[in-house]
Amino acid sequence: MNALVDPILVLIMLLNFFVLATSRVRAVITASAAQGLLLGALPVLVQPHPGVVPVLMALGTMAVKAAVIPWMLLRALREAAIRREVEPLVGYIPSLFLCALGTALALLFARTLPLAAAHSASLIIPGAFATVLTGFLVLTTRRKALTQVAGYLILENGIFIMGLLLVEAMPLLVEIGVLLDLLVGIFVMGIIINHINREFSSLDTSHLSSLRE
Amino acid sequence: MRPALLALHVATALALPPLLLGVVNRTKALFAGRRGAPLLQPWLDLWRLWRKGTVFSPTTTWIFRAAPVVAVATALCAALFVPLAGQTPPLSFAGDLVFVAYLFALGRFFTIAAALDTGSAFEGMGGAREATFSALAEPALFLGLLVLVRRSGSLSLAAMLGPGLAASWTAAGASLLAVLVSLVVVLLAESSRIPFDDPNTHLELTMIHEVMVLDHSGPTLGMALYGAAVKMFVLGALVVRLALPFSLGGPWADWAVFLAGLLALAVLVGVVESVMARLRLTQVPNLLVAACLLSFFGLLLLARTP
Amino acid sequence: MNEALVLGGTALAALSGVPGLFLDRRAPTPHGERAATALLAAAAALGVAGAAGALLATAPSSGLALPWSVPGGVLAVRVDAVAAMFLLQIFVVAALGAVYGLEYWALRDHPDDGRKLRLFYGLMTAGMALLVVARNTVLFLGGWEIMALAAFFTVTTEDRDPAVRQVGFVYLVATRLGTLCLLAFFALLHHATGGFGFVGPPGGAAASPGLATALFVLGVAGFGLKAGLMPLHVWLPGAHSAAPSHVSALMSGVLIKMGIYGLVRLGALFADPPLWWGGTLLALGAASGVLGVAFAIGQHDLKRLLAYHSVENIGIIVMGLGLALLGRSLGRADLVALGLAGALLHTWNHGLFKSLLFLGAGAVVHATHTREIDHLGGLARAMPRTAALFLVGAVAICGLPPLNGFVSELCVYLGLFRAVTMPGGGLAWLGAGLAAPALALIGALAVACFVKVVGAVFLGTPRTAHAAGAHEPGARMLVPMAVLAALCALIGVAPALVAPIVARAVDAWAAFALTPAAATAVAPSAAGGVAAPLADVVPFGWISVASAALIAFLAAGGWALRARLRTAPTAVAPTWDCGYAAPTPRMQYTSSSFAQMLVGLFGWALRPQTHTPHLAGLFPHKAHFQSHVPDAVLDRAALPAAARAARALGWFRWMQHGSIHAYLVYVLVTLLVLLLWRGALA
Repeated sequence: MNALVDPILVLIMLLNFFVLATSRVRAVITASAAQGLLLGALPVLVQPHPGVVPVLMALGTMAVKAAVIPWMLLRALREAAIRREVEPLVGYIPSLFLCALGTALALLFARTLPLAAAHSASLIIPGAFATVLTGFLVLTTRRKALTQVAGYLILENGIFIMGLLLVEAMPLLVEIGVLLDLLVGIFVMGIIINHINREFSSLDTSHLSSLRE
Repeated sequence: MRPALLALHVATALALPPLLLGVVNRTKALFAGRRGAPLLQPWLDLWRLWRKGTVFSPTTTWIFRAAPVVAVATALCAALFVPLAGQTPPLSFAGDLVFVAYLFALGRFFTIAAALDTGSAFEGMGGAREATFSALAEPALFLGLLVLVRRSGSLSLAAMLGPGLAASWTAAGASLLAVLVSLVVVLLAESSRIPFDDPNTHLELTMIHEVMVLDHSGPTLGMALYGAAVKMFVLGALVVRLALPFSLGGPWADWAVFLAGLLALAVLVGVVESVMARLRLTQVPNLLVAACLLSFFGLLLLARTP
Repeated sequence: MNEALVLGGTALAALSGVPGLFLDRRAPTPHGERAATALLAAAAALGVAGAAGALLATAPSSGLALPWSVPGGVLAVRVDAVAAMFLLQIFVVAALGAVYGLEYWALRDHPDDGRKLRLFYGLMTAGMALLVVARNTVLFLGGWEIMALAAFFTVTTEDRDPAVRQVGFVYLVATRLGTLCLLAFFALLHHATGGFGFVGPPGGAAASPGLATALFVLGVAGFGLKAGLMPLHVWLPGAHSAAPSHVSALMSGVLIKMGIYGLVRLGALFADPPLWWGGTLLALGAASGVLGVAFAIGQHDLKRLLAYHSVENIGIIVMGLGLALLGRSLGRADLVALGLAGALLHTWNHGLFKSLLFLGAGAVVHATHTREIDHLGGLARAMPRTAALFLVGAVAICGLPPLNGFVSELCVYLGLFRAVTMPGGGLAWLGAGLAAPALALIGALAVACFVKVVGAVFLGTPRTAHAAGAHEPGARMLVPMAVLAALCALIGVAPALVAPIVARAVDAWAAFALTPAAATAVAPSAAGGVAAPLADVVPFGWISVASAALIAFLAAGGWALRARLRTAPTAVAPTWDCGYAAPTPRMQYTSSSFAQMLVGLFGWALRPQTHTPHLAGLFPHKAHFQSHVPDAVLDRAALPAAARAARALGWFRWMQHGSIHAYLVYVLVTLLVLLLWRGALA
């Protein structure tokens, strides 16, 4: 296990806090993109001797999670001309506290799992749980459709981190998992864009029609 | 050697704080495309204020006059307990971190009381903001210090920020990084800088510290400003030591590193003020709570390593 | 010997109001109240002498035990160091309050209720002194009830006012509930120990874990109700604000500490309490502290605000106690010493500064006839001495150096920090650690609250005619306040003076559960009952040095400014209110506006009620904005629950129909049932 893994996971967990603390939709999207960028590096770092395929997979993950989807979301934000504020259902401070609570529980819970020694010392499990919880929080407490997409992305990032546990045992499975991830990501995008469409159809369909690609 | 170092400690704590403000102002000037005032300008301003006459409002009592004195005295007293350049400060005991934090609270108590003493709505507003925001900054500070306490196993600032700090960075870097960021936020909040307060505007509705000392003039204003500068210096010393924990071998070299770090911090504050806007007042609590949780996160990470 | 002195003092205190009942019945001359004060002062002298004797004694006293005809009761009293600490506080504050009352509640001004107040004031003092020295549960409960009922009558001194009767009723219900819990507690204790000894050898509780848990829960409920621990504080704000100020001072400074006394004794019963006891107390204390001060910030009634600060300070004390229990469970002698020292010293300190603040508030009420903070302002001009003394109390209660609050809070902080440095990956340190930022938050919120009080009441300009007509009280009110303020400063600057007393109390507490008879269900751990030497874990000397440094800086700065202002040209001009030409007192920031942001941040707990007017048009009509923070626990939980219980139990009323004959039948039936039961058992 590379020494860089834990710092990266810490950064990912800090980004979770940032996502819930910020009041700007744009910042939420950028943060989830940053998470995707950091995540992409992880499968390579976890493996002692990464081959060419994992590196390609990593680059692909990064490209999709950190570039393509965020770019589309940012474009949607621009085109939809909606208010750029998050408009949370649960306030910023309570959601931050919930996130802190979730992170604490994730860290405590990870101690109780019967894991291999290499994994129990790392932050993979708590990081995964914390990120999944944050994703759920964003999904449930943020009203905007675009933040919903970001929530899905964050949730999915958490699942991706969890998959890292299997990298050494079954690299192929993980690669398939990554592929599936991408599939799910695009699938989710489709659904959500539909959502956006529905939310804004009453406002301005002409702008949103450009999203229907 | 030790007396010389102590003398340096005291001299630095007395002389440097206004210079830091000079660096901040110079940085902002450079960002704005101006040449800026000389670095010594804050000192010259203080000297000018000290020689001027003063105006008191008929509503004020002795508390109004006492407040600047308390602000300066508490800040300077705190400076005696904070390690500079990783050296043992002149005074140090187990639990001095609480003493330092509460000294600042004492200064704050009197500064706000003086603001209320003028009977002005604006100064009351500033006082209310100061009281609210610092109440949220206090837990962030203590959570951050808890991480250092846990890492060092010691209860005095001198030992917490002493030679063992460098080893802590390798063992628990993520925790200390979280604490560092959180302490920078506390520093900006407590010394009333952007994004919490704008020390430059004189638009009373948007200010915190400036509006509280709006009615001071001449020597009392000078003391209030000097006290605020020393407070920023003390908190800055904590941050710099946390960020630059290594030792170059000799105390003088460490001092050089420390002073360079302080300079860099002042430049950083200047950069932050140049590139960021002041937060909306309703958002300030969010940032402070986030700082609390950041330190809490650092503490949580420590729970994993025995 | 010491016990006899204390009992003598107790008797004198109990009788102090009696001469007043017979003296000057016709014309209200001050003989009666002077006699009462003199008796109470003599009682205090005896009590303080007894307590001091117990603290100075080299060997622990064996106590005094006289036979008593009450079943289960023995007139057993003993003054150990813990009891002595509480005794000192009771007698000192009671005597100072009595002196203050000479002017504050002079018989001349209150001919109808002055006698009653003095009678019950003395009884309340005597009840407290009795329960603290009692070593027998029946005697303890006797003292407890005397105190509780006398307190009821002092709270309802102004019983013509329906609002006062209302809070008196709430207090009465609360104290009855507390006594109910305590009766169950003592019954269980009797079951566990087989005796009626409350504290002191032979003591200790041989209890199964289930029984021990029941004892803990009942004890915390019963004593917590008296102490005003959140959420059991519902009676406290109303009672403290309705009572005359010197009674509020005695109640808030001392009476609620009897709950703490009970908790301290409860904690000593078990040599190896489970970890969650300490954790629960720590969490309850932190919640009580943070929410207590948050509620205080929302208040605009001066005495109600101070009452909520009692909830806060009780929270800090209970945090210390929880830490001590945690130390006991973990076998950490230093945590025991620091937590208990913090709790006991804060009990003292709070007794001093809270009494001072209530007496100061009384002086304000006396001079202005209003408790509304927003109707006051600028009093520092008319009553500079009161303002300065109140300021001392305010700085002390915020826990700021160089006054006494800092010393006890530092003890708790040190204990929490030491808990954080515990090795190992266990989570006890994390839980204890989180109490430290909670304490920091409490401190910072207290600063916000008290700067608001000082600012709105004493600074600025008078907001109403009430405030403008204020006057300085006389010496009989000022001197007790000055004495309390001096004690605050003394403990703050030279804590080493009181450290030996606290250390003795800590040792007495720690040694108690180690007595051979104290066999507990859970095996006592080796280090569990021992406390580290206090002087080793608290840097008392350094606190003095640090305070001296601060005072030196203050003096130097003050001297420099003074010298400068002597020569500098000084002008007087109206406050610079951003160029506004005609500032009026009504433009000042009020206490409600000062608190508005913080109340908003804690709105989830405080549930502030605001009445916002609807404004429309270019020239809207005159409108009023109101906001206030009622007690959320009382209004939203306790009263609805009581109403529901009253509805559910309504059918029970058929028993209560007023016919004396039927009541006698009830008695007869009860007797018969008991006789039959007894017979069946035999």
